Amino acid sequence: MTNTTCAECGSEITISNDVESGEILDCDICGIELEVIGVDPIELSKAPELEEDWGE
Amino acid sequence: MTFSASVIGASGFTGGELLRLLDGHPQFEITQATSRKYSGRSVGYTHPNLRDLKLKYSSPEKLEPVDVLFVATPHGVSMSKIDAFSEASNVVVDLSADFRLKDPLKYDEYYDGHSCPELLEKAVYGLPEIHRDDLKSAKLIACGGCNSTVTILGLYPLFKSGLLTLEDIIVADIKVGSSEGGASRSTSSHHAIRSGIVRPYAPISHRHEAEIEQELGAKVAFTVHAVDMIRGAAATCHIFPTKQDLSKSLLWKAYLDSYGEEPFVRLLSGTGGNYRYPEPKVVAGTNNVEIAFEIDERNNRIVVFSAIDNMMKGSAGQAIHAANIAFGIDETIGLSHRSLHPTGAP
Repeated sequence: MTNTTCAECGSEITISNDVESGEILDCDICGIELEVIGVDPIELSKAPELEEDWGE
Repeated sequence: MTFSASVIGASGFTGGELLRLLDGHPQFEITQATSRKYSGRSVGYTHPNLRDLKLKYSSPEKLEPVDVLFVATPHGVSMSKIDAFSEASNVVVDLSADFRLKDPLKYDEYYDGHSCPELLEKAVYGLPEIHRDDLKSAKLIACGGCNSTVTILGLYPLFKSGLLTLEDIIVADIKVGSSEGGASRSTSSHHAIRSGIVRPYAPISHRHEAEIEQELGAKVAFTVHAVDMIRGAAATCHIFPTKQDLSKSLLWKAYLDSYGEEPFVRLLSGTGGNYRYPEPKVVAGTNNVEIAFEIDERNNRIVVFSAIDNMMKGSAGQAIHAANIAFGIDETIGLSHRSLHPTGAP
C-alpha cells in the first residue's frame, strides 16, 4: 500500500500497490474522482468531468 | 433506557416531522401530541404518514410530566408558556425563534419584543456543530431557523478558522420551499399563486439575519427567495475576502477542521456525477447538510453552497439531534436514514 494526498482536499489516500494507470479512485473525504496518471511513482490528478453546456 | 417525550403544537408540519422521528427513535417514547385545534382526533388526520400510530391529539392545557418536551408552536407561544413547559419537563426543546437570540433588544428590532428576557442567556442554540458541549447540559434548547441553519453551517468554518474578517462583505442568497411557511394557509401560498415562483419574499431584513450574525459574529447581507419546492433550503453565499492568497487547500483545511468528524455534514468537491454541488433534493428527509465551495480568482470571490431539508436539519432533525446530545445518547440515533433517489421535487 502507498499513501498519497488528494489533489482536491489534501486528505491522505491509501492506494493499493497493484493500481494501474488510468484507474479512477474516489477520495473518501471530499468524494472527488481521481485518475491514476502515473504508477512509479504514483501520481494522481482530478479525473476529467463532462462539462455542462446549458445556456450556450 | 428510554425517555418520555411530548410534542406541543404537533399538528403543524414540524410537529408532524417530530412525531415521525420520535416514532422511529429507539430511546424516545411519545407520551403526548398536543393540538388545540385537533384535540381528540387521531394524528393521522393531519399527518397521513402517521396513521398507524394510534395516537390522538390532546389539549396543551393538560401536560403530563415527561423527560423532554418538544415545542413546535408559532413564535411568541413558547415565551408566554415557558413556566408551564418547564413544570412539565426538565428539558424543553423549542423550535420557534423565542429563545434563539441572546440580546433582548434584537427581539424588539426583529420580533415583537420578549416577555422573559432573563431566560435568553440560559438557552442553548441548537446547532450541535457549534454548541455541542453546551448542549450536553442544556435544559432549554433553541433550535436554529432553517434559513439561518443553512447559512451558518455554510459559513461557520471560514470564521472559526480566521480566514474571514469582520470587514469582509458576505451576501447570502437563500432559496426555500413552501413548508417553511408552516401548515397555515395564506393567499400567497395558494397553489395557483405559488406554483412556479422564484419569489424574493424577504429581500432585506429577514428575521433570521439576527441569529446568523449572532452565531457568526459578523454581518451578512441576506436575501430569501420562495421557490417551487416543498422541502428544502439552499444557500449560495458570495464572499469578497479582504485577505489575499486564499487557496482551495486552505479552505478545505478550514472545513475539514470544523466538520471532519461531524456525522451529518457532507463536504462535496464539486465534481463527479449529476449532483456535483449541494441540492435540497439529495438531502430531503435526512438530517444531513451538504456543503461545497469554489474560489473565483478573477472576481476575488469565494462562493459557498449549502443545502438542507428545512424540516429536518432546519428544525425537527436538529431538535432530535440536540436532544440526543442533551440526554447523553448516541447523537445519530433516529436520524441515520438516507434520502430517496431518484425522486421528484422534495
